[in-house]
Amino acid sequence: MTASPTLGKDLTGLEHMTPEQIRLILDTAEPFKEVSERPIKKVPALRGKTIVNLFFEASTRTRISFEFAEKRLSADTVNVAATGSSVSKGETLVDTARNLEAMRIDMVVIRHPSSGAAEFLGNRIDSNVINAGDGKHEHPTQALLDLLTIRDKHGKIEGLKVCLVGDVLHSRVARSNLWGLTKLGAEVAVCGPWTLLPRGIEELGVKVFSRIEEAIEWADVLNVLRLQLERMEKGFIPSVREYYRVFGVTPERLERSPKAITIMHPGPMNRGVEIDSRVADGPHSVILDQVTNGVAVRMAVLYLLAGGRAELADAAKRGSE
Amino acid sequence: MPRPPKVEERTTLLDARAMSRALQRMAVEILELAHGTDDLVLIGIQRRGVELADRIAKLIEKSEGTDVPRGALDITLYRDDLETVGPKPVIGETRIPGDLTDKHAVIVDDVLYTGRTVRAALDELADFGRPKRISLCVLVDRGRRELPIQADIVGKSVKTEAGERVDVQVEELDGRDQVDVIR
Repeated sequence: MTASPTLGKDLTGLEHMTPEQIRLILDTAEPFKEVSERPIKKVPALRGKTIVNLFFEASTRTRISFEFAEKRLSADTVNVAATGSSVSKGETLVDTARNLEAMRIDMVVIRHPSSGAAEFLGNRIDSNVINAGDGKHEHPTQALLDLLTIRDKHGKIEGLKVCLVGDVLHSRVARSNLWGLTKLGAEVAVCGPWTLLPRGIEELGVKVFSRIEEAIEWADVLNVLRLQLERMEKGFIPSVREYYRVFGVTPERLERSPKAITIMHPGPMNRGVEIDSRVADGPHSVILDQVTNGVAVRMAVLYLLAGGRAELADAAKRGSE
Repeated sequence: MPRPPKVEERTTLLDARAMSRALQRMAVEILELAHGTDDLVLIGIQRRGVELADRIAKLIEKSEGTDVPRGALDITLYRDDLETVGPKPVIGETRIPGDLTDKHAVIVDDVLYTGRTVRAALDELADFGRPKRISLCVLVDRGRRELPIQADIVGKSVKTEAGERVDVQVEELDGRDQVDVIR
């Protein structure tokens, strides 16, 4: 048997992963798509595993997606939200996690407002840790599902031109996408008002477009990021209407490209701000495919990370054919 | 001190012609067992069971003149030894042709050994409906069962030791039809 790569204990981000590891996750996600189409949408692979979804920030899509992934693999799950738990009484992250571990859990899915929280936790507890978004750092499973969706639609990632549009500065989705896309050989660009683009991003080999028209002319895929409206009062953009007028992805703008550009959005969408409804619901939108693929990608990550004890591995090797 | 490399000893159990005869006999036995093709569904276990099921289905179709529905089953997610460190097995395609309720499902695999793969396949099939009967058809039964499972139809039985391997090669994947025992 050829040696296939493994993922190690935690999934904290794509920055330090190899292209082989990323491909392993995407390839493993393929058969998991079929599990969600079965009459009984459940396989026993993670039976007996206990997974805690530890969410220190609001999330609907990601948390539900992880929960479906866990349940379809037969894991037992517990959701812990920051409000209504001892976190709101001032308990530290490590104390919370150690208390959970004392109840014999196997994996933690964590979303946290601080960059680096997932890695910090992973270094301090024995359970597998999966980053479901940490501050402005990374959101690896979102990028993985974006990669899978691009690969589904175009049959490849290498050589494709992918442009991330909008609020790149605040976006962990953008950061994880940049790592994943460049590792798999895509050409990557960003487009947005200069106040929302990180300084020195060109040094990563990323193209920068200041006009959305230029980006549309260049790209095969547009990944339209959510304008983080909660940051609006900080003066990053003059107004929401102004942003739509200058950077909004509209059918009129897309029509000028001879290519059928694939439209992606990590959600939740601000319709009529960063993306026009006619584009979001249009024929080239794969936004709902992204959501479907999210469950398969998360199943793949959970399955690949779920390990056991060394002595069991040895016993299995002796007993296997 | 490095150990000298282990020399593999290969003994051919079935060559291409013997394998072809075995498959033809198995196809006939399946028809007898299922009383024709009306409710018959062949389910191949990834990987080489899928190819073998396909061969048998084609033989049946040739003699009976009717289509035989066939599917593929990957049992990786139903294994009882996933709790292990190290690379996870690559998962193949699972494709079940319609609801299995009231069908006669015949599981086709290349080698029957401990019986654990078949145990997993039975669990997995149960999640796709309630067949009126499930039978087991294998090209090679090498003995040494660890579970109370028996095949209904066997191409070739052979007594093997635990350290030995049975290597099944099929034209579609390996470029030739042959079964070897490796010691």
